[in-house]
Amino acid sequence: MSLLTGLGAGGAVTAAPTRRPPSRAYWWLLLPGLVYLALFFVVPVGALLGTSLYVPVPGGDVGQYQPAFAVGNYADALAQFWPQLVRSFVFAFLATVVTLVVGYPVAYAIAVRARGRPVLQGLLLVLVVAPFFTSFILRTIAWRQILADDGFVVASLQWLHLLPEGARLTATPFAVVCGLAYNFLPFMILPIYASLERLDPRLVEAGADLYASPMTTFRTVTFPLSLPGVVGGTLLVFIPASGDYVNSSLLGNNTNTAMIGQVVDARFFRLLDYPTAASLSVVLMLAILLLVAAYVRRAGTEELL
Amino acid sequence: MSVAQGAALQVERVTKAFGGFTAVDDLDLEVPSGSFFALLGPSGCGKTTTLRMVAGLEQPTAGSITIGGRDVTGTRAHQRPVNTVFQSYALFPHLTVGENVAFGLRRRRERDVDRRVAEALELVELGHVADRRPAQLSGGQQQRVALARAVVNRPALLLLDEPLGALDLKLRRQMQLELKRIQDEVGLTFVHVTHDQEEAMTMADTVAVMNHGRIEQLGAPADLYELPRTAFVANFLGQSNLAPGTVVEGPDGHGLLGVDVGGSRVRLPAARAVAAAGRVLVGVRPEKVRILVPGQEPGPGENVLGPGVVTDVSFAGVSTQYRVELTGVGTFGVFAQNLLGGATVAHGAVVRLAWSAQHTFGLSGDEDVAAGAADLDGEP
Amino acid sequence: MTTLTRPVATAAPHPPERPAARRRPRLRLGDALVPVFAALAFLYLLVPIAYTVAFSFNDGGKTNLVWRGFTLDAWRNPCGAPQVCQAFVNSLQVGVVSTLLATALGTLLAIALVRFTFRGRTLANLLIFLPMSTPEVVLGAALLAQFLTVRVPLGFWTVVAAHVMFCVSFVVVTVKARVAGLDPALEEAGADLYGSPWQVFWRVTFPLLLPGIAAAALLAFSLSFDDFIVTNFTSGSFDTFPKFVYVSATRGIPPQANVIGSFMFVLALVLVLAVQVVGAARARRRRAA
Repeated sequence: MSLLTGLGAGGAVTAAPTRRPPSRAYWWLLLPGLVYLALFFVVPVGALLGTSLYVPVPGGDVGQYQPAFAVGNYADALAQFWPQLVRSFVFAFLATVVTLVVGYPVAYAIAVRARGRPVLQGLLLVLVVAPFFTSFILRTIAWRQILADDGFVVASLQWLHLLPEGARLTATPFAVVCGLAYNFLPFMILPIYASLERLDPRLVEAGADLYASPMTTFRTVTFPLSLPGVVGGTLLVFIPASGDYVNSSLLGNNTNTAMIGQVVDARFFRLLDYPTAASLSVVLMLAILLLVAAYVRRAGTEELL
Repeated sequence: MSVAQGAALQVERVTKAFGGFTAVDDLDLEVPSGSFFALLGPSGCGKTTTLRMVAGLEQPTAGSITIGGRDVTGTRAHQRPVNTVFQSYALFPHLTVGENVAFGLRRRRERDVDRRVAEALELVELGHVADRRPAQLSGGQQQRVALARAVVNRPALLLLDEPLGALDLKLRRQMQLELKRIQDEVGLTFVHVTHDQEEAMTMADTVAVMNHGRIEQLGAPADLYELPRTAFVANFLGQSNLAPGTVVEGPDGHGLLGVDVGGSRVRLPAARAVAAAGRVLVGVRPEKVRILVPGQEPGPGENVLGPGVVTDVSFAGVSTQYRVELTGVGTFGVFAQNLLGGATVAHGAVVRLAWSAQHTFGLSGDEDVAAGAADLDGEP
Repeated sequence: MTTLTRPVATAAPHPPERPAARRRPRLRLGDALVPVFAALAFLYLLVPIAYTVAFSFNDGGKTNLVWRGFTLDAWRNPCGAPQVCQAFVNSLQVGVVSTLLATALGTLLAIALVRFTFRGRTLANLLIFLPMSTPEVVLGAALLAQFLTVRVPLGFWTVVAAHVMFCVSFVVVTVKARVAGLDPALEEAGADLYGSPWQVFWRVTFPLLLPGIAAAALLAFSLSFDDFIVTNFTSGSFDTFPKFVYVSATRGIPPQANVIGSFMFVLALVLVLAVQVVGAARARRRRAA
């Protein structure tokens, strides 16, 4: 199962037999890509690990460090920034839930309800994908302005007494979670669409034929068969959302919405505190890998790639 | 189109192993030029692997392959004067029918491509679809395009990998005749791989029955059918009644052995027996057997078994098929021509079975009676 | 030949006509719920874009925060604000170069991973999966740590190197699905019909993989063009369009940025729709033939 089946190119995928004998030619196909990833992913992660253990040069300027094995950096970083770390995962989790609740019906509408109407399906898919091309920062700023304190939305909600006087929408955890969900929604819709599109409509008919109500058919046939898409989608939303800091810095305030990405960014660029930034990055990466491994095992779809 | 002759194929001591699994085991095969040769066997018997090695899509682990006197072992598919009609047809979906047929000619930079493509499409009566895409054709049309795409190159050897498997019965019959016609017309050497024994027998001059990577028996279809040498061939090619017995008398003046089968004496021509002493399997084809109702007596030179009970009667149009349970021998099938219309013996009747001793064949007693018998779950 | 008769501009998702539903009123609620919900979700998705487009016509001066009246000024002079066009051109250049490199590397990897069983394949798959399951901030920090260690000056090429790295994995995943759906017998048929391996690749494999490769390239471009976090870490003083917007956010974004965002949105919409319509028309023509 692929995480993203291209942009709207979700055709049926049949496993092809791989009985071909190993051939040397294939090494030449693999080599450039693997070497590239080794040079620009593995080696940098190694450099990150190294940097996370550095100590300041004694008597040196701010931002001058020397190689060391200061494991204590991790304890210091965690002691200081565990609230931001936990908050990142909580926000990412909430955003994932929101995208699933919002995205599944959209994927269902496109894949199942619009089945057999390729032009409508195409149009809807384009509308899902097209936001990618308007810079997501522009769109996030648009939200900030739409939801601004002196904006039309806040005024309307207050007039309807849905929002207390003086309360605000921006600079709240609510705004950050909605922004995250908004930005990563297409990543949830597309994989679910791909697996629903592949679903044989006759299976649903068979469910109905076997005395299942539409709701029961959905619960026992459609949804389980779309699980690979759901698993793929949740990963594609949760992982980037937990490391994001654009939403929390543009839509949040700095006190109770700061996420770990913001801390890493600030330590790197403003405080030149490379070891702390690096050790927080390593912790974030490890935590996500553990969560993803546990989740994928639990979901029973280990063959994600 | 000029009549080419095609080339002879020799497969010598070829073995192919995938990891620990031996798909083809020390295989020897000789296909004379201009013949229609069928490799018949159940799935997994190594017939497709053999074909792929001849095509150059797979390299043998050991042994050599010679086409038209030239050793091609180790050369690759595009270097061999061989073309294949694939099981899935493998028509290029992004090219038109005409471009598909022209593919091989263009790779070899031949002249007159357009004319030859048109001729090849005429040969399979599809001249009018040259500009369509394969997806717009029916299964039978696709199969014919695949055939034209291979034949147009006038290969020394044309390989057919179950090309009729995806067609329905009626279309398949039609295609079988068409393939025969084309072979007569262009005179190529055809090697046809199939698991359909009827297809192999109606089309091929020579049939090789394969099982577990080896050839069980090779010969003209009628010879294989009338005189199978192994239980596998007896059961896989048509149906057989096989019963275990022991040779108790040596050949008499007519060359007949006496065999004890469940207490009855059955005569078996020594020339039709694999083993002339000890334990044997005595066999006879169901259509050779006739039912004796009480009062009827066998003719001279006939073997008789029974009495037994008729356990099943099924009417199949031209014939009626009976199953008769013989105590101490086993179940025998009988195909009776419906000369008088309908079944003449009822379910539950007690009967005896008789057949001419000359139709009896003998197999090795060590063999499994059920080897190669139709397995309903086995074949797709 | 048939022409396209149905109007293309249907914005809201209509449920397909289902006569059976009329006889079972129980179904009606659910039937209506999905499209209504989907329409609301599309609203959620598209409101900020509508806002962005609307404010590209705002006579807002430099900050562009409140509506001050309609003007075409920004559209007439999209490079009017300092740096905005340079940043946009930089983004396009980074996007094109990264897409070409990532698509080439990723396509080769995808073919080899589907068709080639070798020891260490699991490891190779893991190496490709890991960049996708690593948050951008970690990728950015790692690359920056690396570039600082080996003292590479930050700029165009460090940004491209970073973008290629995170795009490759997405290309591999997208193309792999296409390779897995490709019947190996087609390539065998190519070889059987006297095509050398090189000819078989360019005349059979490549054209059949092209839709997948194109989708992968489109995905890679959109990821690269829209990337901010990794770019922020690896670019130094080199500006891309998202970085320009983020940096200007504190003092107000010029309407010219909205013009570029709207232009890209409309361009993507028109291009993809054109492909869809042509594809649908071709499919119909084929069915009719």
